Amino acid sequence: MTEHTEAALVLADGAVFRGLALGAAADTWGEVVFNTSMTGYQEMLTDPSYAGQILVLTYPLIGNYGIDPPIDESRQVQVRGLIVRSECDSPSHPRGGMRLHDYLASAGIPGIAGVDTRAITRRIRHEGVMMGMIVPTDEVEAARQQLAELPAYDTQDFIDVGVDQPYSWSDGRPQALSNGSDESGPHIVVLDEGLKYNILRNLRRRGCRVTAMPPTSGVEDILSVNPQGVLLSPGPGDPQLREFQVQTATSLIGKLPIMGICMGHQVLGRAFGADTFKLKFGHRGGNHPVLEVPTGRIAITAQNHGYAVDPDGLSADVEVTHINLHDQTVEGLAHRAEPVFSIQYHAEASPGPLDNGHLFDRFLDLIGEVQGD
Amino acid sequence: MKKPESVLIIGSGPIVIGQAAEFDYAGTQACKAMTEEGVRSILVNSNPATIMTDEGVADEVYIEPLTVPVLRRIIEKERPEGLLPTLGGQVGLNLAVDLHEAGVLEEFNVRLLGTPLDAIRRAEDRELFRTAMREIGEPTPPSAVVHSLAEAREALEEIGLPVAIRPAYTLGGTGGGFVRTMEEFERVVQTGLDASPITQILIERSLLGWKEVEYEVMRDGADTCITICNMENLDPMGVHTGDSIVVAPSQTLSDKDYQMLRSASLNIIRSLGIEGGCNVQLALAPRQDVVAWPPESMRAGGGVGVPHDEPLPYYVIEVNPRVSRSSALASKATGYPIARVAAKIAAGKRLDEIANQVTGRTQAAFEPALDYCVVKIPRWPFDKFEAGDRVLGTQMKATGEVMAIDRTFEAALQKAIRSLEFGGRTVLWEDSEVEHEPFRGSETPTDVRLWHLLAAVRADLPLDEIAKRSGVDPWFLERLEAIVQMERRLLAEPLTPALMRRAKRMGFADEQIANLAGSVDERIREQRLSWGIAPVYKMVDTCAAEFDAVTPYFYSTYEDENEAEPEPGNRALVVGSGPIRIGQGIEFDYASVKAAQALRAAGWGAVMANSNPETVSTDFDTSDRLYFEPLDEEAVRDILENEDGSQNGNASANGGVASILQFGGQTAINLAGPLTSAARPILGSSADVIDLAEDRRRFERFLADLGIPQPPGTAVSSVDEAVLAADAIGYPVLVRPSYVLGGRAMEIVQGVGDLARYVTQAQAAAPGKPILIDKYLAGIEVEVDAICGGPGDDAVLIPGIMEHIERAGVHSGDSMAVYPAPNLRAGEVATIIEYTRQIGIGLGVAGLMNIQYVIMRDSDDDGDVFVLEVNPRASRTVPFLSKVTGVPMVEVAVRAMLGEKLSEQGYPGGLWPSSPLVAVKAPVFSMSKLSGVDTHLGPEMKSTGEVMGVDVDYDRALNKALIAAGMAVPSKGRALLSIAEQDKPGAMSLIRELGEAGYELHATAGTAELIRGLGYEAQVCPKREVGGDPDVIDLIRSGQIDMVINTPEQISSNIRDGFHIRRAAAEQRIPCFTSIDTAHHAVGAMLEGGADYNVAPLPDYTAGRV
Repeated sequence: MTEHTEAALVLADGAVFRGLALGAAADTWGEVVFNTSMTGYQEMLTDPSYAGQILVLTYPLIGNYGIDPPIDESRQVQVRGLIVRSECDSPSHPRGGMRLHDYLASAGIPGIAGVDTRAITRRIRHEGVMMGMIVPTDEVEAARQQLAELPAYDTQDFIDVGVDQPYSWSDGRPQALSNGSDESGPHIVVLDEGLKYNILRNLRRRGCRVTAMPPTSGVEDILSVNPQGVLLSPGPGDPQLREFQVQTATSLIGKLPIMGICMGHQVLGRAFGADTFKLKFGHRGGNHPVLEVPTGRIAITAQNHGYAVDPDGLSADVEVTHINLHDQTVEGLAHRAEPVFSIQYHAEASPGPLDNGHLFDRFLDLIGEVQGD
Repeated sequence: MKKPESVLIIGSGPIVIGQAAEFDYAGTQACKAMTEEGVRSILVNSNPATIMTDEGVADEVYIEPLTVPVLRRIIEKERPEGLLPTLGGQVGLNLAVDLHEAGVLEEFNVRLLGTPLDAIRRAEDRELFRTAMREIGEPTPPSAVVHSLAEAREALEEIGLPVAIRPAYTLGGTGGGFVRTMEEFERVVQTGLDASPITQILIERSLLGWKEVEYEVMRDGADTCITICNMENLDPMGVHTGDSIVVAPSQTLSDKDYQMLRSASLNIIRSLGIEGGCNVQLALAPRQDVVAWPPESMRAGGGVGVPHDEPLPYYVIEVNPRVSRSSALASKATGYPIARVAAKIAAGKRLDEIANQVTGRTQAAFEPALDYCVVKIPRWPFDKFEAGDRVLGTQMKATGEVMAIDRTFEAALQKAIRSLEFGGRTVLWEDSEVEHEPFRGSETPTDVRLWHLLAAVRADLPLDEIAKRSGVDPWFLERLEAIVQMERRLLAEPLTPALMRRAKRMGFADEQIANLAGSVDERIREQRLSWGIAPVYKMVDTCAAEFDAVTPYFYSTYEDENEAEPEPGNRALVVGSGPIRIGQGIEFDYASVKAAQALRAAGWGAVMANSNPETVSTDFDTSDRLYFEPLDEEAVRDILENEDGSQNGNASANGGVASILQFGGQTAINLAGPLTSAARPILGSSADVIDLAEDRRRFERFLADLGIPQPPGTAVSSVDEAVLAADAIGYPVLVRPSYVLGGRAMEIVQGVGDLARYVTQAQAAAPGKPILIDKYLAGIEVEVDAICGGPGDDAVLIPGIMEHIERAGVHSGDSMAVYPAPNLRAGEVATIIEYTRQIGIGLGVAGLMNIQYVIMRDSDDDGDVFVLEVNPRASRTVPFLSKVTGVPMVEVAVRAMLGEKLSEQGYPGGLWPSSPLVAVKAPVFSMSKLSGVDTHLGPEMKSTGEVMGVDVDYDRALNKALIAAGMAVPSKGRALLSIAEQDKPGAMSLIRELGEAGYELHATAGTAELIRGLGYEAQVCPKREVGGDPDVIDLIRSGQIDMVINTPEQISSNIRDGFHIRRAAAEQRIPCFTSIDTAHHAVGAMLEGGADYNVAPLPDYTAGRV
């Protein structure tokens, strides 16, 4: 059994939660958010949309089934810190051998175990998300001072979270682009603002050829590789800081079928004339019900977003296709004439329910229709 | 589907193993849901001890036998538009199918609501189910039916080892078994083929040791599908899920595993077309180092192992297309009311049109997120049935279960163990017999395997080896090891605040810490409170705190933030009755629920504490605040201190919340002493009143002072003393240990030999504890429930007097009771009323009490009335009597406790006027499920449930009670009689009746002689011990006997024929009477026109309208 030292989570409102240090022995800071999924900690830790955030998991027993590196959702652990009620130091699973603590330590990411995560969650629910720091317990006072001076989450553009070089996806992993790929199938460009690999796995599984491109890629860059469709990926941060991508999306509408997920959906929403706003404590979990307006059916969805599209400014060409049943926020948009649609939630799941993979099929159907014309 | 105007809801009948209080919870929720939807509900159940059959739950209530003819008459009269088949357990579901097949539904134009019939069939029929699964590509365990070794070898290529081999048409699977190697396979296939009379065996892939996982799923008419909860069994495949330790949510499934099985479950509910709730059981591949599984045999073509990034293999095992025990557990584990939502779906609502009551602002269309861990442990009856076979397998044996919630598995598990209320069997208990072979107990699944696993961990056996032998995932064993490590620290280290806090966070009870640290409970409690270590209470809110919730449903944990702050106003805690066990059944949950309702009606806040997930009392709707906690002193004191804010030595915020203990059976009443010592107020009879009634010497003196007679008796502590005492009293004598629950270990002894044996055994079992010896009076047994106004009120109300059909000596819980008492003489009734009044006032009872009397007659004059027992608490008969007398007994008792005199409530003292009906309460047993247990009636209680037959006269009421209990006497046919010597005189008139009525009589030699002596024909059946072929047992097993009358010999022994006769009858499920009294009355009812019974709503009987 590992003997941990003590550490504290200090919140911007002055609240302090003391527990045992987990992972790397380092200080960290970020926006403190919570996720209510009961499984999928490894997928969450490696989800780039958590960049700049300290993640509180509401499910209390974390690490039970260990860590299985092949299921990482990006090239590294992305959260700034992890807060759990109880960390399992003796995982058990046919696949996962590595302990959560070792995984975080080798990634240089600190965390805290043994704290009242429900109390933190209730505080965030009432007060809204806020900045916080993980520090040794004797640095709590200093952390309180520092917190006032740290840059707010909303002011950071996180553009470096996406890739800086294009890559393809084959054999279950990212590969350097090579000319003359022998892969067939529709060619999809995925604008990687901080995507989860499972988006690429989903496209590959459906026979697509995938090129992921940096978020700073312009319309010409994208068109130069002759894609049949463009997927605007999820990613961290405030969509207001993605004006370049909004411009790119605006130019692409009408040229190619486009699917937007999460940040990609918010970017499309802005391209459609809408504003975006910050939610009080976001949607993070695997159980949010979303109404599919055209069918009346309810989808259970995986969510991870702190901002939402305000439908008021939306162009008349666009309809709201999905609505969150909990708070009536916009969860999906579709252009009435062009093959462009977006969803705020995660069709790729991982973690979360696998109920929404058909949205990738829909994207491919749109591409097929365009190709057929 | 369009909303119906009216709906028929079928309950699940009596409590039996496999079908317990969860269906009262489900049915009650369904009725409430129908009321909310404006649908008229018509409810039928034969079980009076249910909330669902109470006034105000359904619009029409029928307490009638659950048979097709009865249901047909109800349907004809009520003309319901719909029938809700999926909320009454397997009984309700089967009856709905039977009604359809009998053409009744079509005849009266009743449509099945919710899940359609063909969906039910596809889920229930093995072959149809496999076909349906194949169509949607969901894997079921491969199997094949073969007729030769060659065919078997060929089939094995597809199936893969290990396999289970089951020969066709052999009893108890003779000749089959599990095989792991090719050699074993060839051998067992051959013996199996030889054993089968048609040379046919079933070969099925064995999933022994695979993880067993369940999903609770819902689907509405718009095809929205959601999962409510998943659960992982600690016991791997091979043990019935009702007998497994279950944890929610799953602990060792990755997100990939979880979502894969979730998707499979949704696929299944969609493809079957279920509308409502459904339970899916799946088997998931375990760790290869625990149980090996050959990946190549899993898929066609095969040849290579499962690649690292491939999903784990799994199989679909079974689907329950209805609300089940698991769904009740899932409802309580998540806060999501599955039965209520399923009922609303059946009434045509969509999931997004149903509000989530927990949050008050979200809808039922979402999946609960848990931020805690739930552990369920079954409660088995082997403390009562020591001869029972304790090995667990596919036949469920538990009578009830407990659930505990905490933020870690260790703490939830330890709380669940406390909730079992096994007294001495704490976490630290070890079976001395297994000490030398610690692996053995871990290998075989039994009711005590958990303790054996703990013992093996304590013995430092390697966890991987324990995992291999038990099939239990190492994750769980690691948690047990963490508990054991803490035990060692508590043994070795001085108790510091840090260590105490860690131990409490792992769920260590004060008692356990005291044991380990060499202290006493009270000292540990004082110490931890002085260190500021008290539990906080967190809410079960369905959403892991993502939204504000309004439901006051709490569990304790040792963390920072308390969400259950004290509330102002008068409040009282109702202590519930814990897990359902023999002797403490659903009746006490009924009383607890009624108590909470009465408190609320009186303007008090009702706080409920209970540990049983199956019940209505643990529905968050029942009380103002629900604490899901063990019902021991520590937990209850913590709750009380939390309720009045007096933990950590603060002054109480509202003067000390009082406890109500008299409705939760022995569980609650046992807390009277400890709570009084802790200066906690009690509403109702005080601890001293309870002690006076329970302490034999004090009670004897008390009765003597009043001049009320008791059967002579005394307490002894040696064989010599016992023999002397029995000589003085006169045989037969009733002997029992000084502390009993449900008549445990009680015997009627006829002579000195048996007496010496009994005393020697009892002293070995509990050294130093006295043994009670009383004169056994074989008179008329009479039972009275009474309500006393308490100090300052000299009124004692007797709602009714019940007479037992069996003579004294049969446990009152196993007796058939008749209301109003049919055979009592006016003077006897007057004496009973007077004694009851004197006892109630003399003891100072406030609220309910139950008195058992025996009447001895030796002439035509009034007999002598003796007091057998007084219990100053609500008894098992409270729901029965409340229903038939119309006196809301619990409510009257609660109001009396709160200070309202009986006269102010409109109830004079004395006997309440009789209702114009006859009601018979009959016990129901679960004997077919408990091999090794003798079924004969005696002083030890054995029944698991009860039914009521109510009608305008005795014969009809009795006959209906027997029909409902599955004990109806056939109007003709073959009766087997085997009557013990001492019962033969009493059996003569019964034999004459049977003979005159034209029954074909079979009998063992001695009894046949008696029958012939009386002038009737009798076929002699050779006893097995004599070696006949076919012998009497074969005759029963071959289905040639319709009814058995067998009374046990004085010397009870499992090797004698009588035992085997009774077991064979239980397994053949034919009526078996072990008391001449019961048989005589049952036959009489059949012959006297009992078959011509009425069917009517209960209020029509009580109002005399039938």
